[in-house]
Formats: sequence, C-alpha cells, structure tokens
Amino acid sequence: MSSVENIQTMNAATPGRGLWHDAWLRLIRNRAAVSGAVILGFMALLVIVGPYLSPYAFDHIDWEHISTPPDLASGHVFGTDAVGRDLFVRTLYGGRLSLAVGLAATLVSLFIGVAYGATAGYLGGRTDSVMMRIVDILYAMPFMFFVILLMVFFGRSLVLIFVAIGAINWLDMARIVRGQTLSLKQKEFIESARACGVGSAGIIARHIVPNLLGVVIVYVTLTIPQVILVESFLSFLGLGVQEPYTSWGALVNEGAQGMESAPWSLMFPAVFLAATLFCLNFIGDGLRDALDPQDR
Amino acid sequence: MLAFAFKRFLGAWPTLLILATLAFVLVRAAPGGPFDVEKSLPPEIQANLDRQYHLDEPLAKQYGRFLAGLAQGDLGPSFQYKDYTVNELIATGFPVSLRLGALAMGVALLLGLSLGVIAALRQNTFTDYAVMATAMTGISIPNFVMAPLLILLFAVALNWLPAGGWEGGHWKHTLLPVIALSLPQVAYIARLTRGSMLEVLRSNFIRTARAKGVPERWVILRHALRPALLPVVSYLGPATAAIVTGSVVVEQIFGIPGLGRYFVQGALNRDYTLVMGVVVFYGALIVAFNLLVDLIYAWLDPRIRY
Amino acid sequence: MTAPLLNVDALSVHFATADGELCAVDGVSFAISKGETLGIVGESGSGKSQTVLALLGLLSANGRASGRAVFNGRDLLDLPIRDLNQVRGKEVSMIFQDPMTSLNPYLSIATQMTEVLALHQRLGRSAARAQALQMLAAVGIAAPERRIDQYPHEFSGGMRQRVMIAMALLCDPHLLIADEPTTALDVTVQAQTVGLMRELQTQRDTAIILITHDLGVVAGLCDRIAVMYAGRIVETGPVDAMFSDPQHPYTRGLLTSVPRLDEITGERLATIPGNPPAITQRPRGCAYRDRCAYAFAACAEHPPPLQTVINGRAKACHLEVLP
Repeated sequence: MSSVENIQTMNAATPGRGLWHDAWLRLIRNRAAVSGAVILGFMALLVIVGPYLSPYAFDHIDWEHISTPPDLASGHVFGTDAVGRDLFVRTLYGGRLSLAVGLAATLVSLFIGVAYGATAGYLGGRTDSVMMRIVDILYAMPFMFFVILLMVFFGRSLVLIFVAIGAINWLDMARIVRGQTLSLKQKEFIESARACGVGSAGIIARHIVPNLLGVVIVYVTLTIPQVILVESFLSFLGLGVQEPYTSWGALVNEGAQGMESAPWSLMFPAVFLAATLFCLNFIGDGLRDALDPQDR
Repeated sequence: MLAFAFKRFLGAWPTLLILATLAFVLVRAAPGGPFDVEKSLPPEIQANLDRQYHLDEPLAKQYGRFLAGLAQGDLGPSFQYKDYTVNELIATGFPVSLRLGALAMGVALLLGLSLGVIAALRQNTFTDYAVMATAMTGISIPNFVMAPLLILLFAVALNWLPAGGWEGGHWKHTLLPVIALSLPQVAYIARLTRGSMLEVLRSNFIRTARAKGVPERWVILRHALRPALLPVVSYLGPATAAIVTGSVVVEQIFGIPGLGRYFVQGALNRDYTLVMGVVVFYGALIVAFNLLVDLIYAWLDPRIRY
Repeated sequence: MTAPLLNVDALSVHFATADGELCAVDGVSFAISKGETLGIVGESGSGKSQTVLALLGLLSANGRASGRAVFNGRDLLDLPIRDLNQVRGKEVSMIFQDPMTSLNPYLSIATQMTEVLALHQRLGRSAARAQALQMLAAVGIAAPERRIDQYPHEFSGGMRQRVMIAMALLCDPHLLIADEPTTALDVTVQAQTVGLMRELQTQRDTAIILITHDLGVVAGLCDRIAVMYAGRIVETGPVDAMFSDPQHPYTRGLLTSVPRLDEITGERLATIPGNPPAITQRPRGCAYRDRCAYAFAACAEHPPPLQTVINGRAKACHLEVLP
C-alpha cells in the first residue's frame, strides 16, 4: 500500500520521473529480465577479463594437446580445437568480437534509423511518403544476400561487417521511430514549443528524440541479439572474421565440422552464443513489458 | 479489390528494377574480374573471355544487356560451371530448396499459430508459460546452432536419422532440416499470435460480441481470430526472407543440394553471374510473396480494400 | 406494485492487481421495473460502468463480482456461462460508450446483426436478414438494403451508435443497458440518439439502465436516478424530486455545476472542490468527506449507509437534513 502511495505522490510531483520510476519498479520485479541482466553482465565481465586469467594466447598452438577434451590439469578448461588452440580463450575472444559487433552495429542502425524516422515523421507530407516508400522498397530486398555479395566482392573486413549489418537493421528502427514521431507531433507540448519559436531541428532534438527514448531502448535491446545473430551467421558461412581471429559463429562452424569426435568444441561456443541471445531477449521483453504495461 | 490488386501489382515492378540494378552495380563495382583468381591469363585469352561474356562493352551497354536478359528470364551463363547457364543451375537447385522451405513454412504457421492461440487463451497458466519458454528457446538458438545439435543428438548419439544428404527428399532426410529451419519461425509466430490475440481479446468489439450472448468458442473463431491473424500475415514477408536465408546454412550443414548451397559455393568461387542470378531470383520471389501477403491482408481487413 | 424486473442487492466488484485487491464497486443495491428508466450518474471512476458490466459477466479477467442480481427470478451473478449467454443479447442487451470500437471492424453489419438472431431465435439466413433490415430502418438508417452489407468504417459515429441500438433491440430485450451511449458523439447527434431511445422505449416498453455523467441526458430520458460516488450509491430517487430538491451534498454539487440557460446570473459556475479519491486510497469513513462543506466528526468514523428519506428516495449521508 505505501509503495503505491509513493508512486502516486511522485507522479503528481514529477510526471516524467514518475513514469520512469514506475517502469523501473516493474522491470526489477520481472525475474527473467533481472536474471538475464545478471548473467549477461557476468558473461561480459568474463569475456573482458577471462583471457588474462588463462596462460594461453588465443592463437597459441599447443602441440601436445591437439583436439583434447576439457581438462583442468593442462589448463585447457574448455579443451582445445583441431589445431591445438585453447578453446576457453578462443571462446572468450570470440565473445568479445560478437558482443562488440552487436553493440557497434546496433549503434549504427540506431543512429541512421532515429535520424531518418524522426525526420520523416516530423516533416510529414510528401517528404514522409517518399522517405517511407524508400524504406518499403529496401525492406523487400533480400539483404542477407547483398551482405554476402559485399563480403565476397570487397573482402572480409570488420568495418564492412559493422556497416553492412547496421545498414540492414535501421529499417525497422526508422519505421518505429517515424510512427512514434507522428503521434507525438500532435501532442500539445510540441505545439507550445513551436509557438515559442523553436525551430524544426531544435524540436526534433529537444522534444521528439527524448520522448522516443522508451521505444528506442526496447528496440535497441531487441536489435543487439539480431545483430549478433547476423554476424554469427556470416562467420558460420566463413564470410565473417578471418583466422586467427574468431567469433562465436566461426567457432560454432569449426565445432560443427568436428562434432562427432570433439563435441566440446561445438558445445562451448554454442552455449555461450545461445545464453547471450537468451539474456538479451529476456531483457528486451522485460523492458517492453515495463515501459508498455498494457501489453501484459 | 481488383483495382487494389492491380495497383499493388504495378507497385512491385520498381522494387524489382531497383533490386536488379543494385545487384548489377554491386557486381560491377567489385574490385577485380571473375577470372582474376586464376593464374594471370595471356592477354589474348583474357580478351577472348571478356568478349565472350561481353565484359569489354561499356557499362551502360552491359546494364542494358543484363536487363534485356532479365526481361526474357535469362540470367546468363555461369562463370564457374562452364557448361551450365544460371537458369539451369536454379532449375536444379530450386525445387529442392522450395520443398524444404515450403515444409518449414507450413510447420511454422501450423505450430506457431496454434501454440500462440492456445497460450493466449490460457494466459498466465502453466501451458502459457511452457509455450512462451519454448518460443524463447526457439528465438535464442539460431538455426545454424540448432542444426548441428540435432545432428549430434539424433544422428550421432541416437543413430535414428541420417546426418545429412537428400535422397530425393525422403522424409528421413527432410525431418531434421525442416525442424532446424522452422523452429525460429514457429517461435516468432507463436509469440506474435499470442500478443495480438491477447490485444484483440481486450478490445471493445469482443466485449460487444460477448454481450450479445455469442458463445466463447464463436467469439474466438468468428470475432477474434481474423484480426489476431493480421500481424502474422504481415510477418509472412519477413518470415519468407528468413527461411530463404536460413536455408542457405541449413542446406550447407545437412549437405542438401539446394539453391542455397549453390549460392554459397558461387560466392566462395566468385561466380558473379550465378550469385547475381540467385540474388535476383530470390529477390523476385520475396517481392512476389510480399505482393501475395498484401492481397491476403486486404482480403482479411475490409478497411484496406478501398 | 409487481416484483421488479431486476433487483440488485449488495453488488461489489473487486479487481486483483499487482498492487493488491482494488474495490471498484462497494455494495451497490438498486431495482428496476418493467418499462422504467433508471439513470446511474457519476464521475468517471465512480464504478458505474463496472456495476453494469458485472451484471452481464463482462468484467475483465482479473475482476470478480459478489452479491446478488436477480433478473426474472434468476441470479445473474450465479448463472453458468451457458445460461448467461441465453440472457445476454436476448433478455438483456447492452450498448457501449464508443461506437467507433464497439462494432467489429472486420465483419459486415449484416453478419454482426444476423448473428444475434441466429443465436437466440434460430432464424435462418434470409429471415434474419429481413428482420435486421427492418430494425435498421426503425432506428432511422436510410437505404438499409445497401448499408447492411457495408462495414463499420463506412458509417459515421452517430450511425454506428444507431446500428448498435438496432443490434441491441433485435431480440426485443426486457432490459437495455446503455453505458454512456452519447458521450462519444457530437451534441446534435447526442440529441438524436436520446430521442431515438425514448421513442423505441415507448413503443416496446423496454426497461433501460442508462449510465451517464451527462445530467441533461438523464433529465430527458430517466424516471429515476442513482448517483454514484467512489463505488457507492450516495443518493437515489425520482428524477424530478432529485433535481428540484437534492438531499445529498454531492448531488447538490453536481446539479449546481451544470450551466443553465434559464437562470443567467452572471455568477461564476459553481464547482466541487478537489477530486474524487483514487481507487487505491479510499478513506475509512464517507468517501466524499474531504470535498464536503458540511463534513463533521461522524463522517470520518464510518461510511453512511443508504437510508430511506421519504418514500422512493434514499441517501447515504450522516446529515439529517441538508442545510
């Protein structure tokens, strides 16, 4: 009872903060999302710190232990791969890359999508319909194939992976942001800003973008796993990062090839990849429920 | 409705043109020609090859030739499989991919829709939680991880099913690939259906139907199902794209001689015409499917038709 | 006087929420006879809509109703769903506030109307269609033969509400429950809708429960009113007596806050200070206490029960006589 009263008095005093506070309370009450966040945090920490704890470098070849199962005595806690490299270190290095690509490419798509969507939605009219028609057309393209083409023709580079993946995912973001902007535009506080002589760019930056924050946060958390998936997909096909560097997709690919004799080389990267995606999806779901409670 | 269909049909063509152009530009912008990989050829042979494949013509003319070929449904010769045209390669690979993809899509729709509806009708019960947990698993385990795991379990450990191959599409060879390919889509569709069903069941017109004394079964079937299906129908376009993309890896893992496998081989061998042909072909397929989806949507939602 | 058509006794509605159980309707009792019109008046959140939704078992999934609601000798709150479905739409019909969303946008008007007749009167397709056409004409829809095959989005708000009324009256119900039927409509359309309902009522002798916060609609249509505040009925009685001599301070506050064209005084329009208490923070005593000019010690102690003042009138107030 007292917590309810607190929220309500808070709502009355500062509507903006109260809303976020409310959402926060709902989020931390969501066990799946909280455990997802905790596990993800732990994995991120492991991926960053873990490689320093192992005596092996990610490209070090241990000629005495080629394709050995997990073994504490030799220090290869996840075993070694077919050429004798330590899988523990490689899995964590792969994780660094997968997570980094996930974050970076999501930021790229976030930036393009928000800018494009907010502009289209805010300007409206003919500009809007032309801009959204372009999105519709791009939407119908088999992008994964274009990305593969790009990788084939221009060689495999990390930058290209970031750009290519970021360039695919901005479409959804643009659509969502545009829809939100359109409905926000009709709200009174935008009117009053305009009446006070704030220019279009100012209104977009100061009023529309902050109000889009909720939707965008949810969408970002749901985009990161998608991006990680795309990167792993490319790496799995051998079109992602190149040896001796690695990512979870590449490790799963290597593991799958030798899985009959060395199933651990498939299991460890597969578990890490799936666990990360699980956590991110749970967090995304939790955030959406928290920010949009009628959806439950 | 007919006028609407015609309008949509016309609207699909610019998309196709942009698709073809994009593919053409990408291929031509690529550094190096298709024959650079091999040891440098004597200039006269190089010139011969270039002439044979019209690589010596100005770009505009090549583009015109490419479009003219496309208009007649001709995707040109393959650079790597010297004796085959791209059309022939697609004709061999596509039926296999189509069978796999159609089965996966069928499973995804059937299972996804029923699980989603059941979960929505039993919201917050054990059934609901079980379905949603399964769906979360389906979304979080990508098909290129699921496929090796399935092989490891059912082929290597239990020895129930073969680890790969196609054998003309015998069910033993299709089962695992279809599971791997459809599972993520089952999960997406189940989540989507559940969400939209719950939203529809909260709407005012459902309350009206109940107030009229319509039995709950009919409330669901006649009043709620159609609007609840609309988001799923919109998702069919992206779902097709996802299944087509997924089939590339799944065919690779299970050693299935489908179009996706040709594509990956073509990509690794820099077989420009083959890769471009497959992209244009799949692109056209997706565009056509989106058109179909638009029409289904309009048929389901009377407000769109006019 | 014969037994009332519907007798509601100590009806309460509770909702289970994440913040605990909330009480939306708290022991409401009223009765309505054949052919009578009862207006239930109150601000939004006073529980008036939940009261009638509970009668037909239409509460949302987390809602629970208790008490009794005897209709034609049967307790509606205790009826198995199969039997309740025989009452819904046939003996008791309902019209909702928002005609824009209350009709199914994916089904034609014909489908939505004939469905009722097929269910309750086992009519065949053509017979049902003929009756639906007749009813559409009766509620004043021009060219019903053409309109019946259209979809709701092709109708204006007022026309949709007419369709809703036609649909509700198809089976000649004993009781029509109208939940703010005019709120979402333009003023001129409101007047037409009220006129239509009055006309149909005199023809068919249907009892009506009218939920509204519009006192003008009440004056035009009702025989008796019940004023609700914070989940309880605070005053009830014949409409004329209530309007001329309100006994509860809240009723008086409501009446004086309505602008009147016949008494232009140049004074500021009276308002009731403050807001109704939130459903989560209803006080222990009288819920109106904080806004009431006459509140005294007893009002904080316990909520006043609804007590008969003179014949046909009752109020829930600790004051004997309103000063």
